[in-house]
Amino acid sequence: MVERAEAAPARLEAPRLGLIDRIRAAAMRHEPIRGYALLSPTMVWTLVTLAVPLAILVTLSFWTQNYLDFDRTFSLNNYIVYFEEPIYLKLLLKSVKISGAVTLATVLLAYPAAYFIAFKVKKNKLMWLILITVPFWTSYLLRVFAWKVVLGYNGVINSGLITLGVIDAPLEFILYNPTAVVITLAHAWAAFAILPIYVSLEKIDRSLLEAAADLGEGPVMSFLRVTLPLSMPGVTASSLLVFIPTTGDYVTPNLVGGPTGIMIGNIIASLFGKANNWPLGAATAVMSMFFITLVVCAFLWFTKQVRERVA
Amino acid sequence: MSDEHIISIRGVSKEFGGVKAVNDVTLEIRRGEFFSLLGPSGCGKTTLLRMLAGFEAPTRGEIFIDEQAMSAIPPHQRPVNMVFQSYAIFPHLDVRGNIAFGMRKSGLAKSEINARVEEMLEMIKLPGYAGRGATQLSGGERQRVALARALIKQPKVLLLDEPLGALDKKLREQMQLELRALQKSVGITFVFVTHDQEEALTMSDRVAVMSKGQVLQVEGPMGLYEQPTTRFVADFIGTMNFFEGTVRDAGDGTTNIDAESLGEVRAETKDAAFGAGSEIVVAIRPEKLRLTFEAPDDSVNVVQGRMGPAAYLGDRSHLYVYLTGRDEPVVVAMQNAGRSAVGIDQADQPVWLSWDEEAIVLLPGE
Amino acid sequence: MSASWTQKRDRFGGLGVYTVIYLAFIYGPVLVLPVFSFNDSIYVAFPLKGFTLQWYEEMINNPRMLDALMNSLKVGGTVAVLSTILGTLAAKAVTRYRMPGRGPVVGFIMLPLVIPEIIMGIALLVMASTGGIPLSLLTIGVGHMLLCVPFSMVVMISRLEGFDKSLEEAGLDLGENPWCVFWRVTFPLALPGLIASLMLTFTISFDEFILAFFLAGTDVTLPVFIWSQLRFPQKLPGVLALGATILTVTFIMITFAEWFRQRGDQLRKASYREQ
Repeated sequence: MVERAEAAPARLEAPRLGLIDRIRAAAMRHEPIRGYALLSPTMVWTLVTLAVPLAILVTLSFWTQNYLDFDRTFSLNNYIVYFEEPIYLKLLLKSVKISGAVTLATVLLAYPAAYFIAFKVKKNKLMWLILITVPFWTSYLLRVFAWKVVLGYNGVINSGLITLGVIDAPLEFILYNPTAVVITLAHAWAAFAILPIYVSLEKIDRSLLEAAADLGEGPVMSFLRVTLPLSMPGVTASSLLVFIPTTGDYVTPNLVGGPTGIMIGNIIASLFGKANNWPLGAATAVMSMFFITLVVCAFLWFTKQVRERVA
Repeated sequence: MSDEHIISIRGVSKEFGGVKAVNDVTLEIRRGEFFSLLGPSGCGKTTLLRMLAGFEAPTRGEIFIDEQAMSAIPPHQRPVNMVFQSYAIFPHLDVRGNIAFGMRKSGLAKSEINARVEEMLEMIKLPGYAGRGATQLSGGERQRVALARALIKQPKVLLLDEPLGALDKKLREQMQLELRALQKSVGITFVFVTHDQEEALTMSDRVAVMSKGQVLQVEGPMGLYEQPTTRFVADFIGTMNFFEGTVRDAGDGTTNIDAESLGEVRAETKDAAFGAGSEIVVAIRPEKLRLTFEAPDDSVNVVQGRMGPAAYLGDRSHLYVYLTGRDEPVVVAMQNAGRSAVGIDQADQPVWLSWDEEAIVLLPGE
Repeated sequence: MSASWTQKRDRFGGLGVYTVIYLAFIYGPVLVLPVFSFNDSIYVAFPLKGFTLQWYEEMINNPRMLDALMNSLKVGGTVAVLSTILGTLAAKAVTRYRMPGRGPVVGFIMLPLVIPEIIMGIALLVMASTGGIPLSLLTIGVGHMLLCVPFSMVVMISRLEGFDKSLEEAGLDLGENPWCVFWRVTFPLALPGLIASLMLTFTISFDEFILAFFLAGTDVTLPVFIWSQLRFPQKLPGVLALGATILTVTFIMITFAEWFRQRGDQLRKASYREQ
C-alpha cells in the first residue's frame, strides 16, 4: 500500500560535542582548512626564503654602503645614481635587447621542431621529447663553457676551419661579443623552450583542423588561422620562461661576452663582490626586476591585443 | 521507532560556494531495506550519499547512523562502506589484496582473513580470482570485487554510487537481480544512488525521488508509479499524459473536473483533496487508457480523437492520439496480444479514449 | 611497398630534417667535452692529437675536486629529499582540496622559476649577512631548495592530477586513518613520480652554479670548483674530463627518471574504469 514519509522520531537529539570533536567537525566541514594545512609547510618555507629576503633586499636599496657596514638612514641616493649614471640604464637596455634577441631566436627555432613532434610523429613522441630535452638538465655552466671552447681563438671552429683550409687566420669576431652571448644562450634554452610550445600544440583538437580543411582552407591558411592562434599560450609561456631569467644572466656574458657583451647581471655581481656597494647593487636589482616586469606586462598586453584583433 | 530506522537524516543541507546541492533534506531509512536515491544529474543524490559516507560534511543539519551522531566522525570510523562509481580498485594490489584491504585492523589472523576472502569470492561468483592482478579485471569483475571489498567488513549500511552505470544493458539487468538477491540474503541496509528510474523501481523497497537538492517523494515502487504527488515525479517515473483542469466540485469520494481537451473527468478522490475551483493537473498513464474505434457508452471519462502515428515495440505498441485543442498527442500503450500490432496503419481514423475513475492521478497545478 | 615508403618520407619531410638538425645543434657543442677530454693535448683545438686517459687520472687524483664532489653530493641529496617532501605536500594540497585563493598561493610558490637566479642569490646573501648567518653548504642548500621545490611541485602535480581521488576515499571508507591511507594507497602509486622528482631535484642542485657561487662559504660545490679552474689553461683538459663525466652521469639519471615516470603513467591509467 502507499505510505508517506514519517515524521522524525523525537528521541534523537543534536549531540553536544567536546572541544576536540568540535574542531574535528569544523575541519570536516571546511575543506579549505585541510587544504591549507597541508600547503602550509611549503608556503611558510617560501615566505621565509623568498619573500623575506626580497623584502630585506628592497630595504637595503634605501641604505648606503659605509665601508664594511651599512648606513641605515633612509636615502634615495642609490636610485638617483642608478638613473644618473648612464651605465646602468644602458646596460639594462642592452640586457633587455640581448634577452629579447635570445627569446626570439629560441622560440622561432623551437617552434618548427615542436610542430614536427606534435603533428608529424605518431609513435615514440616521448622518445623525441626526451632526446631533445635531456641536454637541458645537464650543467648549464658546462654548456656555456663548451661554447667558449668552440668559439675561441684556438677553439674548435677556428682550428677546424684552418685544418680544413677554409680560412688562414682564426676568426676573431665569433667570440667575446654580444653575438656570442646570443648564440650561447639560444643554444642553452633551445632544449627547454620546445616544451611549452609542444604542450599547447599537442592540446589542439585535431578535428578543428579537419573542419578548417573541410571549409576550404589550405594547409598554410589552416596553420595561420587555427594552429598558430591556438598555440599562442604555449608560445607566450615559453617566451616568458626564457626572457625573464636570461635578462639577469651572469655566467654567459662573463664567459663569452667579453667587454662588449656584459649584461646587468654582471654589474650586480660585481657590486656585491669587488665593487662592494651592496645597497647600490640592491637598488640595481630592484630596478631591473621592475623594468623586466614592465616589459613582460607590455608583452602580455600586446599579445592580448593581437589575439583580440585576430578573433 | 528508532530501532526500525538505521539512518536518520535531519534537515541536512550542503552548500558549495552559494549553490545548494542539497536543500533541507529529512529522511529515515529502515534497517534491512533496499533504499534508492533517484533523480536526474545534479539533483544532489550523490552529495547526500557522500555525506552519509563522511566525505562531505553537511553545512546544516545532522546525520545519525544507528542513533549515533556523525558530525564529528570521519569516514574511516563510520560503520558504513561504499561502492564507488569508478569502483576505485587499487591497481597496485591483487584481488585478494583489494578485498582484504580493510581487514588489516580487524585483529583476525591472516589465515582467517584469507578464508573470508575466499567466501566473498564465492559469493560474488569469482572463485579462484584471489591472485589475479587488479589491472587485469573487466568492468563487471571490478564492480564485483568492489562489492566484496565493502561487504567483507559487514558494515551496517552499504552505500552504492551508481555502480551499474558503466555496464552494458544485459549485464546491468543481470547485476540488478543479483544485487537484489544479495541484499536479501545478507540482510544489510543498502542505499543505492541511480538516475535510471527503471533500475530503482526494479531493485528497491523504497525510493526517494530527488530534484534540485530536495526530496520530492519517498515511496515504494508501486506507490511512486501509481500515486506520484508532484508533476516532476509523475513525469520522471515512466511516461505520463498531463492535462490542465479546474475542479468543478468534490465530494462523496469523487472529484469532477473540467479538463482541457478531455471534457468532463470524474476521478476517485484519494488522499490529496482539491476543493472546487482549484487549478489542478490531471494525469493518466498510457496503459490505463482504453482505445476503441467506436464510441463507448459512458458520458464521462470519454473523449473522441484522431489517430496519429504508432510506434511498434514488439510486446506492445505506443499509439499517439490527437485531441482537439491540444498540439501534443496523447500516448496510449496497448499490448500486442494478437499476432498483429494494434493501431498500425490506422492514421487519421476517428478513435475514442476512455478510462476508469481510479486510473486518474490528480496533481497540484503549478 | 613504395606507397608506404613515400608516406613515411612525407610524414618525416622537411620538418623532420629540420628537427634532426635542431637536435644536432643542441648536442653538438656539448659533445665537444667528451671528445676533447680524451685528446692528448692541453689545447682544445683540431686536429686531434691522440687518445689519452691522463686527464681523467688527473681529475680523480685531485683532492680539492673530490671534496667539492662530496659537497655537491651532500647538498644535492639533502635538497632532493627535502624539496620533494615540500613539493609533494603542496601538490597534494592543490590537487586534492578545493581552496579559495589557491591560484595566487601556488603562483607565489612557483615564483622562483621566473626570477633571475642572480637576484635570488643576492637576496639570500643579504638576508644571511644581516641575519648574521655564516655562509656554508647550508646556505647553498637553502638557495637550491627555493629553486627545486617548484620543480618538484610541478612534477608531482602532474602525477597526482589524474589520480583517481576515490582511491584514497576508498581507503578511508574501508577503515584506514588518513596516515595509513597515505602509506598503503597514495605512496605506492605516487612512488614512480616521487623517484622522478628526487632525481630531477638532485640533478638541478648538483649542476646549479649561480646560487652556489653567491652563497658558498669555505666549502664549495663542484660547479663552483669548476669555475675556479677555468682561469688556468693547463687545468682545462682536466675540467673537460670532469665535465664529460658529469654530463654522462646526469644523462643516464634523467633518462632513468623519465622511464620511471613512464611506469607511473601506466599504473595511473590502469586505475581508470574501463568503458
